Amino acid sequence: MANLELPLQSRMFANDGIAIAPIGSLERVSLRADDSAFASIEKVLGLTLPKKPKTSVTKDDRTALWIGPDEWLILGQDNASLMQAFGKLRSQKFSAVDVSHRNCAIQISGENAVMVLNTGCPQDLSLKAFPVGACSRTVYAKAEIILLRTGENEFHLECWRSFSDYVWKFLLDSATSL
Amino acid sequence: MSAPNRIAGHGRLSPSNAISFTFDGKRLDALEGDTLASALLANGIQLMGRSFKYHRPRGILAAGSEEPNALMDIARDNGRRQPNVRAGVQEVFDGMMAESQNRYPSLAFDVGAVNDGLGRFLPAGFYYKTFMWPRKAWDKLYEPIIRNAAGLGKTPVEADPDKYANRFSHTDILIVGAGAAGLQAALTAAKSGLQVVLADENPELGGSLLSDGDVRIGGKAGGDWARNVEAELRGMDNVTILTRTTAFGYYAQNMIALVERVSDHLANPDSGLVRERLWQIRAGRVIMATGAIERHLVFADNDRPGIMLASAGREFLHKYGVTPGQNIGVYTACDSAYNAAFDLKQAGVSIVAILDCRPNVDSELLSRANDLGIKVLTSHAVISTSGRLRVKSMQVRSIDGGKSEKYEIDCLLMSGGWTPSVHLFSQSRGKLAFDEDKGRFVPDIYMEDCASVGSCNGTDDMAAALAEAKEKTNEAIKLLGGKTSRAKALSVENACSMDGFLIGSADGAGPDDFVKAFVDFQNDVTAKDIRLAVREGFRSIEHVKRYTTTGMATDQGKMSNMHGLAIAAEMLGKDIPEVGLTTFRAPYTPVTFGTMVNHSRGELFDVTRRTPMHEGAVAKGAVFEDVGNWKRAWYFPQGGEDMHAAVNRECATTRKMAGMFDASTLGKIEVVGPDAVKFMNMMYTNPWDKLGVGRLRYGIMCREDGFIYDDGVVARMDKNRFHVTTTTGGAPRVLNMMEDYLQTEFPDWKVWLTSVSEQWAVIAVNGPKARAIIEPLVEGIDMSGDAFPHMSVREGKICGVPTRLMRMSFTGETGFEINVPANYGQAVWDAIWERGAPMGMGVYGTEAMHVMRAEKGYIIVGQDTDGTVTPHDAGLSWAIGKNKKDFVGIGGLRRPDLVAKGRRQLVGLRTRDGNIVLEEGAQIVENADVPIPIPMVGFVTSSYWSQCLGHSIALALVENGFERLGETVFIPMEDRTIAAEIVSPVFYDAKGGRVNG
Amino acid sequence: MLLIHCPYCEEDRPELEFHGAGEAHMERPKNMGDISPEDFEKFFFIRENRKGLVFERWRHLHGCGRFFNAARHSVSDKFICTYKAGEPKPELSDEQIAAVLPPAKGTPANEPIVSKGDAK
Repeated sequence: MANLELPLQSRMFANDGIAIAPIGSLERVSLRADDSAFASIEKVLGLTLPKKPKTSVTKDDRTALWIGPDEWLILGQDNASLMQAFGKLRSQKFSAVDVSHRNCAIQISGENAVMVLNTGCPQDLSLKAFPVGACSRTVYAKAEIILLRTGENEFHLECWRSFSDYVWKFLLDSATSL
Repeated sequence: MSAPNRIAGHGRLSPSNAISFTFDGKRLDALEGDTLASALLANGIQLMGRSFKYHRPRGILAAGSEEPNALMDIARDNGRRQPNVRAGVQEVFDGMMAESQNRYPSLAFDVGAVNDGLGRFLPAGFYYKTFMWPRKAWDKLYEPIIRNAAGLGKTPVEADPDKYANRFSHTDILIVGAGAAGLQAALTAAKSGLQVVLADENPELGGSLLSDGDVRIGGKAGGDWARNVEAELRGMDNVTILTRTTAFGYYAQNMIALVERVSDHLANPDSGLVRERLWQIRAGRVIMATGAIERHLVFADNDRPGIMLASAGREFLHKYGVTPGQNIGVYTACDSAYNAAFDLKQAGVSIVAILDCRPNVDSELLSRANDLGIKVLTSHAVISTSGRLRVKSMQVRSIDGGKSEKYEIDCLLMSGGWTPSVHLFSQSRGKLAFDEDKGRFVPDIYMEDCASVGSCNGTDDMAAALAEAKEKTNEAIKLLGGKTSRAKALSVENACSMDGFLIGSADGAGPDDFVKAFVDFQNDVTAKDIRLAVREGFRSIEHVKRYTTTGMATDQGKMSNMHGLAIAAEMLGKDIPEVGLTTFRAPYTPVTFGTMVNHSRGELFDVTRRTPMHEGAVAKGAVFEDVGNWKRAWYFPQGGEDMHAAVNRECATTRKMAGMFDASTLGKIEVVGPDAVKFMNMMYTNPWDKLGVGRLRYGIMCREDGFIYDDGVVARMDKNRFHVTTTTGGAPRVLNMMEDYLQTEFPDWKVWLTSVSEQWAVIAVNGPKARAIIEPLVEGIDMSGDAFPHMSVREGKICGVPTRLMRMSFTGETGFEINVPANYGQAVWDAIWERGAPMGMGVYGTEAMHVMRAEKGYIIVGQDTDGTVTPHDAGLSWAIGKNKKDFVGIGGLRRPDLVAKGRRQLVGLRTRDGNIVLEEGAQIVENADVPIPIPMVGFVTSSYWSQCLGHSIALALVENGFERLGETVFIPMEDRTIAAEIVSPVFYDAKGGRVNG
Repeated sequence: MLLIHCPYCEEDRPELEFHGAGEAHMERPKNMGDISPEDFEKFFFIRENRKGLVFERWRHLHGCGRFFNAARHSVSDKFICTYKAGEPKPELSDEQIAAVLPPAKGTPANEPIVSKGDAK
């Protein structure tokens, strides 16, 4: 089988109070769904979809991120089990599209993580406004990103594949100009 | 070298921290903490620059950022060089190189000063009036001369090596200005538990407290109080203190832009340190404590070096231990100038006299002057000064007339009173009210969630300012839900009075006096210029401003506004509020391009998108072209080939054997849901009901106006699932338009759109051998022509990874577009190459792709269409569903003009001489032998050399083109006229059999 | 940079996440297939583009992705409210309109306010 080549493969950065690292492969599904399909979707996924804006739900190794009122990004282990799960659904009132390779992810951690993100992201990332578990599609400089706060000083950032080099370099430029 | 004007025992600098710098190449001593202004004054240097228009010698006028004259070129090295830095803002660091500007060959002898003598010939509006005619002289004569003389300072020629940063930030309360009122506000806010940011443009907190030797707050000397407050604030987690940080713009909904000067004051900044940081702070409430700026007085020759604001004199003494002169005159309309005189006198400097233009002066001030032995003349004016490079004397006369008396001086301190700094308030769109009693504008109606406290609000009395700061901050805290403070108000003693003012021209500079009394120093605008503007018919103050240039450039109303306004009002016979105020523009002080751009430079200037196979293309020697943000492999030169040769070879290889091509940048949208067909029918002109699962169709999308918006091949993956492709550049706008219709016009339709542009890497393999090359790599798909015909799609595996394999062609040859999950793209590409190369396969880039598609007459949206081309015009009527009742564009397409005769239609062109390749965009005429302007009947949209046909080809939009096949048209060029025949746009394999090979 | 309340995300978000999308409440005619040129012109080309109170569309493009509508004063730039796509034009109270008007008093540098009748 052909080799998998992740963007940002083997890049790494760490400095005082900041570490930036690519996150390995994940299965990702862009889920759009009608209210009537929620129950059956939640059953096959084994988790409750977050219905509140800017929130996420994690159960076992799956995380569902609220992106819009009928849109979620589902993250899971890279074993194609998500798309298989959706394949079992009878309902037609949803759309599950495999976007595993469309996005790639970067982890930003350390006490300066918020400062590094706030060079390009205009949102209020204080714990009060953006608590652990909060997530949002937003911008980082000229790239669109999805941001998920996984810890007080830890973020999971998703961007489209071809934007990852730009986002990575912008993060590094920020991390070296605090 | 000694510093003759440094007074031991005064100022806040330590004499042990000696450093040195150069000024116009001359080495000078300074103390750490000096500004360039204080260091030059300490060295007895008053002459610091030349004015913009008249090149008059100028010195320092103010001690801070409002300085209009002393603009310097500051350098660390050749790369780190910045023009137009205000001397009062730049802190001296060891080794700094400062140079004066706008002079040649030297500051003391400047040939441009000839303009000064010509002053009467350079009145307001001089440029407008002089360079009107003759028209021909403009390009060759006037413009080069004006450009050469225009602008201040030298533009640095080397790339800026410094780093700049940006930070978006949110806070509950932002306090701008850390003078007495700002510190009081910060203290109150800090104790509320809310998030607080305190910003001040100076290196040290305290504002005017640092240049006031008398004032006591809460029983402590003002400066000590400020230091204590700072220490307290720095100990609190919820407070951020930004020094050397100027709030330069107030934008909607409490968004404040600030620039923090991080390292400009350091001799050896850490290589990791940024030079400046842009802060974009969104604040719940903004408290403006921006203070007031002292005004100068408008009298004859008020601009000689050595003539400066009284507050500046006091600030130099108390902050830096520097006196601006040894024999000082004081000319004032305001009480506060007395304190400057008293302090300097007590420091041992001779005060020649205080001339006060007011008849009545506070008796305490008079008696204190008397005690100190300072001569005070009330109702007196300075009517002129002398001294070429530095003021030498002043002529003083009673306001009631009589003879003038001459005083020898080397410095003249002046004060016309104080102008509240309402710039930020005004930028916030707040409305000002005129305070007649004190001759000033103060904040009146607020448009944002903010408050003004202290002297920027006209609250001059310091005790009242502190009380106001506390009250307004408590109001803010309450609104934001924090804990308000009940602390007692602090006592204030010995605060200096800011009473008294004069706006407009002073005695001796009236309408009948033929003198140069400057209103705006930086732009060389005199009282006379403003009067002239009004006499010439300018009535609006905005027009007077533009005609005379008063208050433009960096001044933005800091110093010149009130005087200019008062003079204009007097001439117009109107009250000041009737005349109105000009608009204060951001930035409050100049901001570097580096700060504005911050991280977005070099490779971060914009996003560079690369495909999953980018590195593979690099390895094959690709030359790339930019398509939007994408880098696309343009052509692959071999062995010194030029582009032409490479493209010819790539086309030939593909048509004879096979070629592979990276098509990953195409936009891709997955349309899923029970209403997917209905939605596709609405979005595209084509009908979709009968497209079978596993089939492809070329689709066209219009806007409502009927013009082609985008195109692409659509795959029906399943009953309710379409894989739509768009043009590379069109991907985002197509998805946006689709979402728009879906969300706002058809919200009940059960269909959803997902961008999968980057999920799939796309490898196109085209050519007679395409099938043979990929067949062994494919699993689970019957590759035979019958089972897998042209324009169909199959799912299976290639090289072991899942694929959506599409049989389609953009070259006219047998073709496959192999979609694989992006992270496998490079590996699959390599595997196909390994198999195909020995079979004669090549790789081709976008240019060869363009040639081959043009040979087939396939359009490129945006190249062969321009937003005014319908599917009919493009020869694509077959793609419009004849029986459809509705689709986007159906109404537009039926508009009378779009169905009328004479529309430009897409045709092919063959030049009579097949070796001539037309220029894209060239205009087409029917007859080139008629006088110009020749009516144009169309233009060339695409044009290439076709190696496989052995002649050039072109596509063109020509009026009634479809009916003109066989006719000859002409393409007039600069050097010749080219004849071409209108032909079918399909040049190659007109029957289309090759795709089925 | 404006702060825009997204009715779907239920919070104020920075303008950088949004795209303006023109005048609101322009409904696509149902009879597009046989629309008269006059009606087409009205639908496609004619916009009020008024100075004062405007109803406009935004898309939270880099957020929840939803289109929504806003009532805003085009001189003061202040929003009265935002509401979901498909919801009717809101009835605005005099107080709501007054709250976003630019001040009447002032200088010739700034235009006078729109009178209330005009704003509606």
